[in-house]
Amino acid sequence: MKLITAIVKPFKLDDVREALSEIGVQGITVTEVKGFGRQKGHTELYRGAEYVVDFLPKVKIEVAVADGVVETTLEAISKSANTGKIGDGKIFVSPLEQIIRIRTGETGEDAI
Amino acid sequence: MEDQIFQLSYALDTFYFLVCGALVMWMAAGFAMLEAGLVRGKNTTEILTKNVALFAIACTMYMVCGYAIMYPDLGSALLSGITGDGVTGAEEPATYAPSADFFFQVVFVATAMSIVSGAVAERMKLWAFLAFTVVMTGFIYPMEGNWTWGGEAVFGLYTLGDLGFSDFAGSGIVHMAGAAAALAGVVLLGARKGKYGPDGQVNAIPGANLPLATLGTFILWLGWFGFNGGSVLATASVENANAVAVVFMNTNAAASGGLIAALITARLVFGKADLTMALNGALAGLVAITAEPSTPTALQATLFGGIGGVLVVFSIITLDKLKIDDPVGAISVHGVVGLLGLLLVPITNGDSSFLGQIIGAVTIFGWVFITSLIVWGVLKAVIGIRVSEEEEYEGVDLSECGMEAYPEFSAK
Repeated sequence: MKLITAIVKPFKLDDVREALSEIGVQGITVTEVKGFGRQKGHTELYRGAEYVVDFLPKVKIEVAVADGVVETTLEAISKSANTGKIGDGKIFVSPLEQIIRIRTGETGEDAI
Repeated sequence: MEDQIFQLSYALDTFYFLVCGALVMWMAAGFAMLEAGLVRGKNTTEILTKNVALFAIACTMYMVCGYAIMYPDLGSALLSGITGDGVTGAEEPATYAPSADFFFQVVFVATAMSIVSGAVAERMKLWAFLAFTVVMTGFIYPMEGNWTWGGEAVFGLYTLGDLGFSDFAGSGIVHMAGAAAALAGVVLLGARKGKYGPDGQVNAIPGANLPLATLGTFILWLGWFGFNGGSVLATASVENANAVAVVFMNTNAAASGGLIAALITARLVFGKADLTMALNGALAGLVAITAEPSTPTALQATLFGGIGGVLVVFSIITLDKLKIDDPVGAISVHGVVGLLGLLLVPITNGDSSFLGQIIGAVTIFGWVFITSLIVWGVLKAVIGIRVSEEEEYEGVDLSECGMEAYPEFSAK
């Protein structure tokens, strides 16, 4: 099992959610986050003076998936969140030791 | 029959005067919202406190002695006798109640003082500001008002009216005077911490709430119809009604011209459509037309406003280069463009002269700036006019009022 964490542009959230639903992903967790990458911050203008906003708003999506669907999930997120412009975000994949569904007590892939 | 017509005119003119006065009073709300929008959230409660308190102090001081200093023939200290009848007594019977005249005049004093609060925002001590308000509204403004609208000689030396000075509704008498007092305060106060960098760079300190600033501008725009329209002083005849209508039309045209010009200027100079500059542009247009809204054509009024709108953008940039920190642009809008308004008068009003306008402007600015500098200086020496650096960082809402404007938001 893998935990897939994707940082994407906020306006792409709906597209990602739809793409994940289409490939049968049952649940995701979404957090509003701020940060910087190669896009760095951006400058804003107020009465002629520029100022830098260091951290940009992004959306963090977390999905737990079985090993067999990792590739399709990654492809779904990559395609749906892609605009081709700087600041599209990143996807992290990390191993997931255990999952427990609290209501039933199911564990492992049954709990996904 | 003639008496009945006169009574009707009297009632109508008085009513018109009072409604216009109430519109000008509403400009206090406009200034409060504009300033609350352009300061940071941590300084909102304090700027609102200043705005409501200065209005009340201005009204009280003008009642106590200001009106009597400005118009010795019309009022006495504490307004005793003001409840009399405007029809009798004077050589030329006024067609409105004397107390209506006081009410209309008093809200102008508050307007002049409101200009000051924006320029010194975010760093001045509340009580030092209110102490200055007492002197400004009770003495400094009434003195120059006495020389201009009051028609008296300046210290017995020269009479501005005889020199061809004309200021219909107060581009100089109200707006530039307020800006002169503000400039004196800012000079002694210094810039907000962090506004100017060591290498001469100008840092942005964005305002907390642009919807409020926009609402404030619209409120001022509305109130200005009373400010200029009421300055016709009467409406109950074909001649006066026509004059009032022209003034309303030109006032609106100038504001529109100012906004368009400032918006385009900001787009060309900065590369973006800066809303705060557009708002300042509308106000600049209004200030520019205030000295003479009754004689220009609608096109001239639009152009005059437009000149004000362009000028205000470059004035704000220039003041920043000089490190004169004015968070809301009040010195540029009311002072620089107020002067422009005075200088535009002779173009359409043959009764005024450029020389008279310049002498009048120098007289008003010199008097208000120097006396204000003295008063601010005394306050600085006695109680201090600036909050401590730590209080400025934490926000004057907490240090001066002990109360946040938006307690449920934590960001400073």
